[in-house]
Amino acid sequence: MYLYDEIDQRIVDERVRQYRDQTHRFLAGTLSEDEFRPLRLQNGLYIQRYAPMLRVAIPYGLLSSRQMRRLAHIARRYDRGYGHFSTRQNIQFNWPRLEDSPDILAELAEVQMHAIQTSGNCVRNITTDHFAGVAPDEVVDSFVWCEIVRQWSTFHPEFAYLPRKFKIAITGATHDRAATFVHDIGLHAVRDGDGAIGFRVIVGGGLGRTPMIGHVVREFLPWQHVLTYLDAILRVYNRYGRRDNKYKARIKILVKERTPEAFTREVEEEWLHLKDGPATLTHEEVDRIESRFTRPAYEQLPATDTGFDAARAADKAFAAWVKRNVHPHKVGGYAAVSISLKKTGVPPGDATADEMDAVAGLADRYSFGELRVSHEQNLILSDVRWSDLAGLWRDLRELGLATPNVGLLTNIIACPGGDFCSLANAKSIPVAQAIQERFDDLDYLHDIGELDLNISGCMNSCGHHHVGHIGILGVDKNGEEWYQITIGGHQGTTRDGEHAAIGKVIGPSFARAEVPDVIGRLIDCYLEHRDSDAERFVDTVGRIGLEPFKERVYGAGDAVARRGHAAPRGCAGEPVTV
Amino acid sequence: MATVIRNREVVSDPWQRIEAGGSVPEHGDVIVPLAVWQKERDALLARKGRIGVLLEPADEPGAIAADLERLALVAVNFPQFTDGRGYSTARLLRERYGYKGELRAVGDVLRDQLFYLARVGFDAFALRADQDAEAALSAFGDFSEAYQTSVDRPHPLFRRRAA
Repeated sequence: MYLYDEIDQRIVDERVRQYRDQTHRFLAGTLSEDEFRPLRLQNGLYIQRYAPMLRVAIPYGLLSSRQMRRLAHIARRYDRGYGHFSTRQNIQFNWPRLEDSPDILAELAEVQMHAIQTSGNCVRNITTDHFAGVAPDEVVDSFVWCEIVRQWSTFHPEFAYLPRKFKIAITGATHDRAATFVHDIGLHAVRDGDGAIGFRVIVGGGLGRTPMIGHVVREFLPWQHVLTYLDAILRVYNRYGRRDNKYKARIKILVKERTPEAFTREVEEEWLHLKDGPATLTHEEVDRIESRFTRPAYEQLPATDTGFDAARAADKAFAAWVKRNVHPHKVGGYAAVSISLKKTGVPPGDATADEMDAVAGLADRYSFGELRVSHEQNLILSDVRWSDLAGLWRDLRELGLATPNVGLLTNIIACPGGDFCSLANAKSIPVAQAIQERFDDLDYLHDIGELDLNISGCMNSCGHHHVGHIGILGVDKNGEEWYQITIGGHQGTTRDGEHAAIGKVIGPSFARAEVPDVIGRLIDCYLEHRDSDAERFVDTVGRIGLEPFKERVYGAGDAVARRGHAAPRGCAGEPVTV
Repeated sequence: MATVIRNREVVSDPWQRIEAGGSVPEHGDVIVPLAVWQKERDALLARKGRIGVLLEPADEPGAIAADLERLALVAVNFPQFTDGRGYSTARLLRERYGYKGELRAVGDVLRDQLFYLARVGFDAFALRADQDAEAALSAFGDFSEAYQTSVDRPHPLFRRRAA
């Protein structure tokens, strides 16, 4: 955990005071709705379909058990007893009252939390690898760099009113688990030939209506220059990004319109003025930030644990959970554990206050009191002894949190959708549940293997459907909810070395009731065509293309296909852009 | 006379805004649009009274870089407070072009943006007509510290911490 110093705390406290005053003025009628909107958004408060939604920042997904208990308390006291962990490693409360929002922020500030810049046209929460600091393939601990960038972005005076929101992801490991190619800026830590640390800088990726893969604007930026380089990119964007059309206002459009080469030249030119200026990072500062992170006091443990081996051999259910939810750790004798928030029947990413409290207790007992939120909307205990895994699993099972589906089809990523969100065209949670119900046979699921299934309720793509191996997008046609399906998307490098890809639409949309069957057909097609168990769904799509899958879903004389084609026209095979 | 916030005080404002196509009075301090300045530079410099230039969000501050010593004021317009281009304009004027004179935010200038505006180098603020300037002064104290490098404190917090 990064621990605030006196100044970090003061800034957050002053923000609460500022926001309380703004809220008072809004409620008193001296601050108009139009003027208050950007202010409340930069404090994470949306006005939603049924009530305000408050998005609380969990910087880079890391939180302490104490903070988790405070989130549980907020869920109980100000909400309806639960919260929703989002794909951006934050948590959202769907039922707070506007009048209470300053008090909620005050309660968060007491445990070094806030909702700063979780919405609005500004630099948002920095996201990263949920295995930062423990991954065996680590180059640097990305948490340190996330915190450096968090401080840089917090109340950055020049970039508070950008053309549009701005998302930065940082990965510190060889494998990109932070989707750096689909963010406004991605920073990927690398070492040069001399072992010096720097970052590959990727700009202009993004999902939403116009999904794009980012461009590498610099292969190696020495670490000292990270902040001045970010200033240069943001300044070019702030000055020249489009403000006439909010759907063309993201930096990816600027990069595309100017061409990546011209954009890069402009950034480099701007950077020449800023390079080596006062924002240039120092060893002292990096060390200082690093030293403010608490570190687990790891014990010297044997590389194997006989109790663990015995439990795995004896209990098939435990073994299945280990296979899917336990991940390697750079320190011998320890493992990272995913707690799946994707149990069938529960909206993906949702957790009740009681579950939050219970998981906080498990973090204290098994994992040095720390937790992480993954962009897959699960929780992670990052430092569990192998000898404790069986005990942890039993405790999780009692809580109903031992679903062994991480990385599998039912580990669905979904936005809150039309049940909650005023932007959504269609519901996403019932679709997720219907799919989970259809694929409830664990052996079958494990046989299908790794598969990312993502659902977004509209083209704002909060469920990141573009990068799902299977993506489902809710679309509205004449007031009815339909679902468009894409395949072949992915984030993170595939076995053929591709960094990320946007999924392709397989054809006309489907009614909600048809979706589970369509997924079933896609899976059948994959199982028939894969060259081995090791070839994942997305790899098969990459190898054989879309046609066999289309044929399977829409083939002649097929009931599902007939109904699919009977859907209102105007969408065949094209991304929906309305 | 109209008022303006200058150096964190509400003071009366001697400056007159001239719109494009409007006539420039013989005497007095005037703020003219960039295009007028570029077209009538010599005539403007010959008259009695100080000259200020108004930059719109899309105007390049580099366009007046060579003239900054002759200008007593640069105004940056915010047609809407959510249009943040003027923040970069201000930093460029102060940091790249070394402008030391009055830098004034005009247009949709509201209390809740004053703190950021001051940090990027504005020292004068012509608030939107409906704003209470006296009440807005407290906004400069919204935060006692800030992390980044800025015009008002060129050294970022981490360098000041280390000092």
